[in-house]
Amino acid sequence: MNRVTFTIDGKEVKAIRGQTILKAADAAGVFIPRLCAYRDLTPNGSCRVCSVRVNGRIQAACVQTVAEGAIVENETPELLEYRRNIVDMLFVEGNHFCMFCEKSGFCELQALAYRFGIKAPRYPFLYPKRDLDMSHPHVFLDHNRCILCGRCVRASQDMDGKNVFQFVERGGRKRLQVNGDSLSETDLKATDEAVSVCPVGALMKKRVGYEVPVGRRRYDEKPIGDDIEMKGEK
Amino acid sequence: MGSKPRIATVSLAGCFGCHMSVLDIDERILTLAELVEFDRSPINDYKEFQDRCAVGIVEGGCCNEENVEVLEQFRKHCDVLISLGDCAINGGIPAMRNNIPLRECLEEAYLKSPGVYNPLNVIPNDKEIPLLLNRVYPCHEVVKIDLFIPGCPPPADAIWAHLVSLLSGKPVEPDYKNLKYD
Repeated sequence: MNRVTFTIDGKEVKAIRGQTILKAADAAGVFIPRLCAYRDLTPNGSCRVCSVRVNGRIQAACVQTVAEGAIVENETPELLEYRRNIVDMLFVEGNHFCMFCEKSGFCELQALAYRFGIKAPRYPFLYPKRDLDMSHPHVFLDHNRCILCGRCVRASQDMDGKNVFQFVERGGRKRLQVNGDSLSETDLKATDEAVSVCPVGALMKKRVGYEVPVGRRRYDEKPIGDDIEMKGEK
Repeated sequence: MGSKPRIATVSLAGCFGCHMSVLDIDERILTLAELVEFDRSPINDYKEFQDRCAVGIVEGGCCNEENVEVLEQFRKHCDVLISLGDCAINGGIPAMRNNIPLRECLEEAYLKSPGVYNPLNVIPNDKEIPLLLNRVYPCHEVVKIDLFIPGCPPPADAIWAHLVSLLSGKPVEPDYKNLKYD
């Protein structure tokens, strides 16, 4: 197999040629924060939370492939600041009320904010008016919480073999649109991967609610990325 | 006035849950009572500031003109001002009205809502009632805030850690388990 060696923050990492920096870092036990990238979904490099410096240039680690001898910077004060700003902006851009969100404790946006130690966003809140689609018998779509990561768009196409979600409009008006008048008019099933890949509380199964008690939820005790970093310590 | 540092607290557009969390420091409140003097606070029910305060703790955001006045007084009288809890930091539940025009909110509450008994069909508009703002504002969008303790409510240990830090002059240690938004 065709191997390459490069460094992340000075640590030598071995990877397979053609692999993305994010995947190689995951395998080596180095956590690079991400929101839109998810396991084997085709990465689209849209959230920019995984921004790293590669030989001095900023690149999205989820789409940039490894190169022999590349010098990757990950945990520098500059990059941490950029990432914090992105998470800050995502919080003020939507209506993220963690106190009653069923996803709280499992939410990747919230977990990143915890990991970054964010106590309050530094930007003014926009409080946009967004819709809630409760039409589907088993799934709801709350646009207030959507961060436009596109995971559901890709999962529906690539994993479910459907095309339930797409983006419409651009810039500040960009929003998620379902392929029908409402969610109930689509062929979405509660068991679809598109539902389970949502990093926030935008696409949720109904009648699950606050299933896991506070204190036992995924990110209550351990920060996001902890599982990847544990791999690196072994 | 004594030489102990003074603490003032208030609940603006909040539910007093954050104040309950202050009480949740349990027996440590006895230590706190030895170390500080409470200035205006629901704890002693003083409505006006007695003296200059070292610390002001604000729960809740600003939903009406009275909230803004009180918050400005807190800024004026306190050296360090703390936003305590999600409502102070992002408006919280009251801010759910922020994308609905104020008139629609009032009409829904007083005129249109099922079960409303309002034979005169009026929306309360007495001089004694503070005027509602167009939307709910987080405290740091109204005055400068020095410290933020998120949570709904913030964990008692987080509140305690910040108070100890302020009284001892030592920085607050980052504590993952006590930084929560719910």
